[in-house]
Amino acid sequence: MQSIISVQKLTKTYASGFQALKPIDLEIRQGEIFALLGPNGAGKTTLISIICGIVNPTAGHVLADGHDVVRDYRAARSKIGLVPQELTTDSFETVWNTVSFSRGLFGKSANPAHIEKILKDLSLWSKKDNRLITLSGGMKRRVMIAKALSHEPQILFLDEPTAGVDVELRRDMWAMVRALRANGVTIILTTHYIDEAEEMADRIGVINKGELILVEDKAELMNKLGRKQLTLQLQNALSAIPAGLDGYALELSGDGQQLVYSFDAQSEHTGIDVLLRRLAETGIDFKDLKTSQSSLEDIFVDLVKERA
Amino acid sequence: MNIHGIRAIYRFEMARTRRTLLQSIVSPVISTSLYFVVFGAAIGSHMNGIDGVSYGAFIVPGLVMLSLLTQSISNASFGIYFPKFVGTIYEILSAPVSPFEIVAGYVGAAASKSIILGSIILVTARLFVTFGIAHPLWMLTFLVLTALTFSLFGFIIGIWADNFEKLQLVPLLIVTPLTFLGGSFYSIHMLPPFWQKVTLFNPVVYLISGFRWSFYGVSDVGVGISLGMTLVFLGVCLALVWWIFRSGYRLKA
Repeated sequence: MQSIISVQKLTKTYASGFQALKPIDLEIRQGEIFALLGPNGAGKTTLISIICGIVNPTAGHVLADGHDVVRDYRAARSKIGLVPQELTTDSFETVWNTVSFSRGLFGKSANPAHIEKILKDLSLWSKKDNRLITLSGGMKRRVMIAKALSHEPQILFLDEPTAGVDVELRRDMWAMVRALRANGVTIILTTHYIDEAEEMADRIGVINKGELILVEDKAELMNKLGRKQLTLQLQNALSAIPAGLDGYALELSGDGQQLVYSFDAQSEHTGIDVLLRRLAETGIDFKDLKTSQSSLEDIFVDLVKERA
Repeated sequence: MNIHGIRAIYRFEMARTRRTLLQSIVSPVISTSLYFVVFGAAIGSHMNGIDGVSYGAFIVPGLVMLSLLTQSISNASFGIYFPKFVGTIYEILSAPVSPFEIVAGYVGAAASKSIILGSIILVTARLFVTFGIAHPLWMLTFLVLTALTFSLFGFIIGIWADNFEKLQLVPLLIVTPLTFLGGSFYSIHMLPPFWQKVTLFNPVVYLISGFRWSFYGVSDVGVGISLGMTLVFLGVCLALVWWIFRSGYRLKA
């Protein structure tokens, strides 16, 4: 698939000497939802800020839809919409004016019908004449999204879009992101909420200490790294794992009531069938069983811990 | 050229002016009126005219310049400082607008506001004293050039300042003294010879002198020199702004 954003050997060292980004190479595909995960201070916002023109890169290049974001910034930036992490708004402007301002700033002629549609989509229409200072935090977040969408960008950056927003807005936002994607907009979001990435993203990149440690298809990532576990609730507590079951990756819970078997979900032969037969032979009865797959969160924690 | 972008910034800034109409327009008009009452009527009535111009009329160009300088600086510096302070500058930086377009929007609006203000003060002054304008085109040229130059200067201060104290520092410590010592209320020929020489290092002297010449045809220094010095200062400010955007100074990490 075609790349819409191409990051090549990008580095950033701040004036303080802090190296926020080690050489980063990343290709974002046209029309995908890409989630950038990482702990605080990992370099997510720095990366986005360089692509959007707010921070100067130390070395390397970024192309947005084939345009260098530094040399050919006009063409590159007109394709990009940015919703930054911080809620920064012009307190005394009205919703309508601030969104119209953004459209003009990005070089587009006025289009009241488009602004109206955005405001309606984001449930802001009834607030269009309100001053921003009178809006709640969630409403201000919506306004910032409206501003980013005002010039019909092909690439949308959402930096921590759902930090501190309520459940309703979060759901609205997810629906909106999906609708945008359906219209061909490429979306790059950073998030702390791993369930958000799990829910939304097509691909996931994990960044830690300025290094992109992994970029992977979400489903593949979860398959590859996701372990499955079979948990058996035993009829009678065990004091130790019986000798006959030595060869299996088994763990016994502290109270002896639970036996947990870890296996590779990808493998042809999971070993569950044989294990269950052996249990029956050994005379261990169980009253309940469940299997579970590790979440993206577990994968993420493992990955970041590994590199720490 | 992103004309829509320039217009968006310009209109945004002019809307800010309309919202703050009272402090933007009314307060400079009131303070200028006070100057006329005190210097023009109270003190001026005891003074001889200078270069054949009555004292009340003599101070008109100086007072207009005084407001023009201070207002251009405060409008433009606040206009760019505030988005930096609240963080909305992110949008300007991430937009497809060139440095020239950003400056055109902000400085254009600040200069427009100062020119409107200068005109209002001229009209106000006319209520207190009688004066004519000998060279209206030159008057307009000096008015526009000064508004532009000092709005650029204010823009630079607004970018340089990283707190509110600094935003006030330059106008308070440098610009106000320079304007008062620039011949708003007197002809520099009234100074002792030594101070006449010193005062020639004050750029404001040239602005006020040139501006006054356009009213009464009399000046402290030649009008050509006045125009030249104004253009030099404009050039210095333009070069500084160009460097700021090139280096990202105080704007980009």
